[in-house]
Amino acid sequence: MVKTVNNSVRNSARLLAAGLRALLVLTVVCGVIYPLVVTGVAQAAFPAKANGSEVSSDGKVVGSSLIGQRYDKGTDKKGDPIPDLRYFQSRPSAGLGSNKDNGVNTRYDLQVSGASNLGASNTDLVDAVHERRKWVAETYGVPESKVPADAVTSSGSGLDPHISPEYAELQAARVAKENHLDATKVAALVKEHTDGRVLGFMGEPRVNVLELNIALKDLAQRHGGG
Amino acid sequence: MSPVLAGVLQLTALIAALALAYRPLGDYMAAVYSSPKHLRVEKVVYRCIGANADAQMRWPAYLRSVLAFSVAGVLFLYLLQRVQGGLPLSFGFASISPDQAFNTAASFVGNTNWQSYSGEQAMGHVVQTAGLAVQNFVSAATGMAVAIALVRGFARSVHSRQAGGHTGDLGNFWADLVRGTVRVLIPISVLGALVLVACGAIQNFSGIHEVGQFMGGTQQTGGGAYASQEVIKELGTNGGGIANANSAHPFENPDAFTNLFEIFLILVIPFSLTRTFGKIVGNVKQGYAILATMGVIWLGFTLLMMWTEFAHGGPALQAAGAAMEGKETRFGVGSSAIFSVATTLTSTGAVDSFHSSFTAFGGGIQLLGMMLGEIAPGGVGSGLYGMLVMAIIAVFIAGLMVGRTPEYLGKKIGTREIKLAACYILITPTLVLGFSAASMVMPDALGSMLNTKALGAGSHGFSEVLYAFTSGANNNGSAFAGLNANTPWYNTTIGLCILLGRFLPMVFVLALAGSLAEQKPVPETAGTLRTEKPLFAGLLVGTILIITGLTYFPALALGPLAEGLS
Repeated sequence: MVKTVNNSVRNSARLLAAGLRALLVLTVVCGVIYPLVVTGVAQAAFPAKANGSEVSSDGKVVGSSLIGQRYDKGTDKKGDPIPDLRYFQSRPSAGLGSNKDNGVNTRYDLQVSGASNLGASNTDLVDAVHERRKWVAETYGVPESKVPADAVTSSGSGLDPHISPEYAELQAARVAKENHLDATKVAALVKEHTDGRVLGFMGEPRVNVLELNIALKDLAQRHGGG
Repeated sequence: MSPVLAGVLQLTALIAALALAYRPLGDYMAAVYSSPKHLRVEKVVYRCIGANADAQMRWPAYLRSVLAFSVAGVLFLYLLQRVQGGLPLSFGFASISPDQAFNTAASFVGNTNWQSYSGEQAMGHVVQTAGLAVQNFVSAATGMAVAIALVRGFARSVHSRQAGGHTGDLGNFWADLVRGTVRVLIPISVLGALVLVACGAIQNFSGIHEVGQFMGGTQQTGGGAYASQEVIKELGTNGGGIANANSAHPFENPDAFTNLFEIFLILVIPFSLTRTFGKIVGNVKQGYAILATMGVIWLGFTLLMMWTEFAHGGPALQAAGAAMEGKETRFGVGSSAIFSVATTLTSTGAVDSFHSSFTAFGGGIQLLGMMLGEIAPGGVGSGLYGMLVMAIIAVFIAGLMVGRTPEYLGKKIGTREIKLAACYILITPTLVLGFSAASMVMPDALGSMLNTKALGAGSHGFSEVLYAFTSGANNNGSAFAGLNANTPWYNTTIGLCILLGRFLPMVFVLALAGSLAEQKPVPETAGTLRTEKPLFAGLLVGTILIITGLTYFPALALGPLAEGLS
């Protein structure tokens, strides 16, 4: 009896050791060689993309074309950001915050991705949608019915780099006015920065806000705006 | 072009791509698992393991190897997270707490990738690539190995041991594990990762650095091996991304093409394995019947999801004018709907849009998809063995109708087989309903629900909890992320759910495989149920829907149905 128990303990230990060895050798293959090979080829073939598609304006890196940003001029008394209406505004980003807020690894002030996760029947979300719709309609002088869905909802990543062409077109007149630019020129700029569906049918048409704002800044500088 | 038409065209393109890959990939996998030859690199690996890859295993030996390998995986991953604070290349991130480290280790070894941590601010390069991403490969390869063992259980009775083995042999786990990893998962992953990088996914090992901003100032971001992990997290139906926002994050999923490509990666192995199954049992038509069953359920769910999301029910979405809360502009409603069904009908759980903010019925479809047991097409390997267990039940029901001993693929389905199949299908409902009910009476657990202000008076909150345990026990890993799951109660119970929901079914599947492999084949007669015909596929769809419906309807009525109808 004791002998069989000993035997089965020894067998289990031997099997576990084999499992551990298998894990370690596969860790070398899948966890070291594989990512290093992919990184090497990616860095050689697509260095700009592999490092985050950074874009520059006036010779300075101003962000990644894939990551949305805020375009604010400071904050109000309550600490809420005040949108800088000289520039096109991104979607609301309820889920976006920094890791200072939640106390994880607070030695950094990291950009954090995430969604609001509010349900379709959540009253906070209903209120937020109404509030945002009112703000967009008043700020840009359009009827509330013209405000598109992406302008009043936050995205999945909280870092959505795009807005819908409708939302960009709706902002164009006010943006032109703030920059003392011809409204038709800004509208043309929006058109130029509107991307259709990939291959004509994948995803949705969209405008990259950062790229549009960079082009807008160029245009304003060339025309000595302001 | 309207968004609806674009959505339908994307679905059509996806089906065409899957159809093109079906035969070559299915045949290739059949050859991989049947070949007597070992690659040189595989021989090196076998020598390191100290295993004889040519030794045949009966089911208890096969199971013991699966379990030993998985226990080693949990221990290693747990330790790696617990010592993260001292590891290089970890940005100085702190070590993970014991309950969260257990939850994460169970989750990645169990092919679930439920994440109660926020990726970009908790896990450094070493834990991500040498810990989590490794399990993305090997947990997937383990699932495929178990599925192949079950298929061999059928085949070796049908083909009277051409291989010259003994009764009851199921193959060699170490060989199946290593071949699945080296010959199937890694080659597709290398190519897929490069496609993703070419489209904009990042792939670097830079530390935390400052990036300039348009309005001035800088923002801190971290680099990471995003593309190499993204591809295997989809291909291996794992789902655990580097970023908190998962595949909604532009660095993981930069545009609408990569979105469709990632959906393709999720579905391609589970669907193609039905071809592998047909090849190994020597009748590809048997594989087509299983494929048709999976395909009908998947397509039906996808169309329903697109319909409910485009209809955008629910007060907040009605006020917004479209179901865009938690969805990215570049994907839109249509392609987000396709992704969410693919991820919940397989054991993936990656998300490109946030499930908690879907319409109530959309959330119900995601829940029901997981409750089906993720068999249409299901996780890599687990989808096929789950569906074959359902096929055994369907054959049994058909046998009862005509009063004759059921058989499937030339194998008698006797008392022992039915008992094992019944145990298999009882495990996950027991876990899901038991733990959800327990959470409803735990004060701490109730405090984690986010959406208690829902008009449906807590039904969305209940859905969050039900979703969490459904996701864990079915090894999905997606979340109604409104739930704060990083508490000792949820970390521990969901971790347990994942381990029991992953490995108990494997015990019954391998026992079933062993019992089938020991039987002598029964000759086909005029009275044999033709399991390669559409009639049987229809019977199988009905069996799946009835069993799942009867099991979960009361819980669904309390959650998404109550919210959607209120």
